[in-house]
Amino acid sequence: MGYLAKLRVWRGNKERGELVNYNVEVSEGEVLLDVIHRLQATDSPDLAVRWNCKAGKCGSCSAEINGKPSLMCMTRMNTFNEEDEVTVTPLRAFPVIKDLVTDVSFNYIKARQVPAFKGPANLKLGEYRMQQVDVERSQEFRKCIECFLCQDVCHVVRDHEENKESFAGPRFFIRLAELDMHPLDELDRKREAQESHGLGMCNITKCCTEVCPEHIKITDNAIIPMKERVVDTKYDPLVWLGKTITRRK
Amino acid sequence: MERGVGSATRAKIGLRHLRVDKWWVQPAISVFVLVSFIIYSTIRAFENKYYFAEPLISPFYSPCLATSCVEGASHLGQPFGSWWIFSPALLILIFPLGFRMTCYYYRKTYYRAFWLSPPACAVAEPHKSYSGETKSPLILQNSHRYFFIAGLVFNVLLTYDALISFKNAEGQWGHMSVGTLVLLANATFLWLYSLSCHSCRHILGGRLKHFSKHPIRYKTWTIVSKLNAHHPKYAWISLIGVAMCDFYVRLVASGSITNLYFF
Repeated sequence: MGYLAKLRVWRGNKERGELVNYNVEVSEGEVLLDVIHRLQATDSPDLAVRWNCKAGKCGSCSAEINGKPSLMCMTRMNTFNEEDEVTVTPLRAFPVIKDLVTDVSFNYIKARQVPAFKGPANLKLGEYRMQQVDVERSQEFRKCIECFLCQDVCHVVRDHEENKESFAGPRFFIRLAELDMHPLDELDRKREAQESHGLGMCNITKCCTEVCPEHIKITDNAIIPMKERVVDTKYDPLVWLGKTITRRK
Repeated sequence: MERGVGSATRAKIGLRHLRVDKWWVQPAISVFVLVSFIIYSTIRAFENKYYFAEPLISPFYSPCLATSCVEGASHLGQPFGSWWIFSPALLILIFPLGFRMTCYYYRKTYYRAFWLSPPACAVAEPHKSYSGETKSPLILQNSHRYFFIAGLVFNVLLTYDALISFKNAEGQWGHMSVGTLVLLANATFLWLYSLSCHSCRHILGGRLKHFSKHPIRYKTWTIVSKLNAHHPKYAWISLIGVAMCDFYVRLVASGSITNLYFF
């Protein structure tokens, strides 16, 4: 049942690179990462590719497949026509290191800039209590495998390198949303999201949601709720008045 | 191409995108539908006639608040008096227009389709710089919740219009026509669109930090969240529905067709 797939793989480094054509054997039931591994084992032992679990849970094998950010291990070869070329490139929002491997350290820098959970001062560790409905709300965001496909596809940084300084990206907006929706977290995540992490730069075009392999509703359940919370905090005079009168925080 | 995907440190590919699917179809359809609606609604808003045929009133002209409104069309009176010399539709359309313009779903649609920011996922946008919704005028998108509330008022009025269409042309209750169904469908679609709105979801429960302390609001939030998943669908259906509803009223009011009564 096998066939020869026509692959176009980007080969190169920081200085130069090109799309190189290969014909690689494909067996039934295989995913693109299997085929890339076969390419490594046969024609191109020096092909650089980052991978780990092969089960869509580690987020390592992110690449752009026919121009769409995807996980190679979750892309079944039977989703392509046998006669069609399949183009595989590294993530195009991040600096390339070699072949399909990019430097994603931008994301780790941004991760460090989000302050960790801060619980109430009068409770010690082990004394935190939450109801199930409150836990469930942020459970969706905990599914994130940090593949950074959402960061890669986000045009705010993908098309504007200069925005990387001031924009954290969808992965960290779900982190901020998770913390802001946590009943015990005491930091002001709304102002932080807007003023330090560039939430206002997002124009909610939903590409992050479209590429998420965990099907997290990043835009509807994290970014838009955070934008609405920012409106409460910064832009809505009636909410401000209500909070002032009732002395709510 | 030395910015964005063409930046010095990125993989040197030299193309704006490598997508092979028909990514341009969706923005093209959006442009077609939205431009068609804008042209139609602009013509109708300025036409200033054929918007009322007892008991049917066009959603573009309800409530009809100027003295120039045709007799019987002003259910809320005519507070704008005779000084308003333009079409009465122009007094009210800013509210539904503002609601849709600031809607999170329509924002996605027109940023992609008209502003090409981006035209589609992983397709490079043509702009040299980008500041999102941080500056004027786009910072005004934060007023969406106010337009949502205004939209609710209009929904109530259009529901009232649908209910009084159970009258006949002589003003007697207990009748039903094709126009009744058209107005009822329009009001239903508008309610679905409004209640599935992201601001509605936020106001009803999304803004809470403790769902467990507010079980009723939590329940409401879960219901609205289910509707919210279909918000794009309701956005399109209600947009086309309101135009179709107006068109039907126009046909009846202009005498092109007769409003068929079932009973």
